[in-house]
Amino acid sequence: MVITENITKKYGTIEALKGVTFNVDKGEIFGIIGPDGAGKTTLFRILVTLILADSGKASVVGLDVVRKYRKIRRHIGYMPGKFALYQDMTVEENLKFFATLFNTTVDENYHLVKDIYIQIEPFKKRRAGALSGGMKQKLALCCALIHKPEVLFLDEPTTGVDPISRKEFWEMLKRLKAQGITILVSTPYMDEATMCDRIALIKDGIFMKIDSPAEIISAYGETIWAVRGNNMPRLLKNLREHASVTSSFAFGNVHHITVNKDLAVEALEKYLVENNNTDIEIYPIKPNIEDCYMQLSKK
Amino acid sequence: MDEIVINVENLSKKFASFTAVDNISFGVTKGEIFGFLGANGAGKTTAMRMLCGLSKPTSGKATVAGFDISKETEKVKRNIGYMSQKFSLYEDLKVWENIRLFGGIYGMKSNEIKLKSEQLLHTLGFANERNMLVKSLPLGWKQKLAFSVSIFHKPKIVFLDEPTGGVDPATRRQFWEMIYDAAEQGITIFVTTHYMDEAEYCNRVSIMVDGKIQALDTPNNLKQQFNVNNMDSVFSGLARTAKRT
Repeated sequence: MVITENITKKYGTIEALKGVTFNVDKGEIFGIIGPDGAGKTTLFRILVTLILADSGKASVVGLDVVRKYRKIRRHIGYMPGKFALYQDMTVEENLKFFATLFNTTVDENYHLVKDIYIQIEPFKKRRAGALSGGMKQKLALCCALIHKPEVLFLDEPTTGVDPISRKEFWEMLKRLKAQGITILVSTPYMDEATMCDRIALIKDGIFMKIDSPAEIISAYGETIWAVRGNNMPRLLKNLREHASVTSSFAFGNVHHITVNKDLAVEALEKYLVENNNTDIEIYPIKPNIEDCYMQLSKK
Repeated sequence: MDEIVINVENLSKKFASFTAVDNISFGVTKGEIFGFLGANGAGKTTAMRMLCGLSKPTSGKATVAGFDISKETEKVKRNIGYMSQKFSLYEDLKVWENIRLFGGIYGMKSNEIKLKSEQLLHTLGFANERNMLVKSLPLGWKQKLAFSVSIFHKPKIVFLDEPTGGVDPATRRQFWEMIYDAAEQGITIFVTTHYMDEAEYCNRVSIMVDGKIQALDTPNNLKQQFNVNNMDSVFSGLARTAKRT
């Protein structure tokens, strides 16, 4: 549904995209995952035909993003990162407006948005500008869906959204996928990676890796040990000072470390005890996407 | 007994018939890292604005750094630092200009600003970037600079509103190490975040639901209390009880 080949884009001297190549298959949820400033929005804007790439090729639903840009727009839905609906129009008016723009009616495609729209329907007479963040997001998704797009482009739909609302949002995306809609979604939250069929990890305009979350995790290659103790900040310092500890990062209630082969767990524990740590636990765990992202970033 | 630097008693804020913050009470001690969590719309921002002296409570009272948030708002503002992901630095000013500007706003003397700027640029490893416009810095650098600027005047308390949103994983962790260093120097940290692993890094965490504080304790005690093994589950369990949308 989406094919790109070596896309580049510069703003002045800043290279926002340095040659991005990937494909998205029909019915897939494809996640583009990376921090702000990595190039996610630039890539989305090129694919939804709002800006031109400097070089490279891209097509969406089989249509070239440069030559067939008008046609593409009928087949895609786009939800930009910044709330872009009409603040002075009501919820209902916004939805009607977007349906009309695409020569359709709310009734015709209501089945697509129904699940989401009923949650904001009690506020349908409220101006969009007066909605809470979560409701704005739901309305924006409805407006992007009302013309029955084949591909949905969602640029950071969950940024600044609390963990519960984020989970609910991903449930909505899964239901849309079940209806056959292809979804390209970007996010800075790495824990959302596992909700995607495939992901691209993006950093400084480069895709470091494209694969399913499970494959990316199994390609990590090293054992990660979780370490905890009575004083976590001091524990982290002690771990960093050990010559055979190759990486150490805080991960919530544990630290994640990788070590050289010559270091046995018992020896590490002894070293930590000698440095006045108590209640020490060390056990192997599965890497998560943040571990993978940090490992790939170092290369 | 540790020195109390934020003391909140029965604080409420109403907007017409809507009670955004509903009778909250808590205390924060010197050097503590206090996590202030809640779903969107739970009332966190409203509460934080009151504590920063930007909005007056409808009822109840609070002191921040020993000053009354209703009557001594200017004194409150002088004794706190503030940083948010959305706004913290002026993009069109150079690195050193931002430092000087904020130092000046907080009433620091010129020679003190000069001396401490040098130290700060050196500690951050930004000495060569001093003349760069802030907008041309990578995001991670900006966030580190913004945090340093927010505590440049040695405030008693710094309020951090989602400081790590959108930041890459390595920088996010470095950022928390800066938070720990600041706390060790005795600066109290009041922080909101949507990353539940970061809730684990706080000494104590409060969780707001529908304007009320529904839980407040150390991460370990909260996990025990709710019989779960991570803060994400604690948060989910509470936030799902919300009636407000």
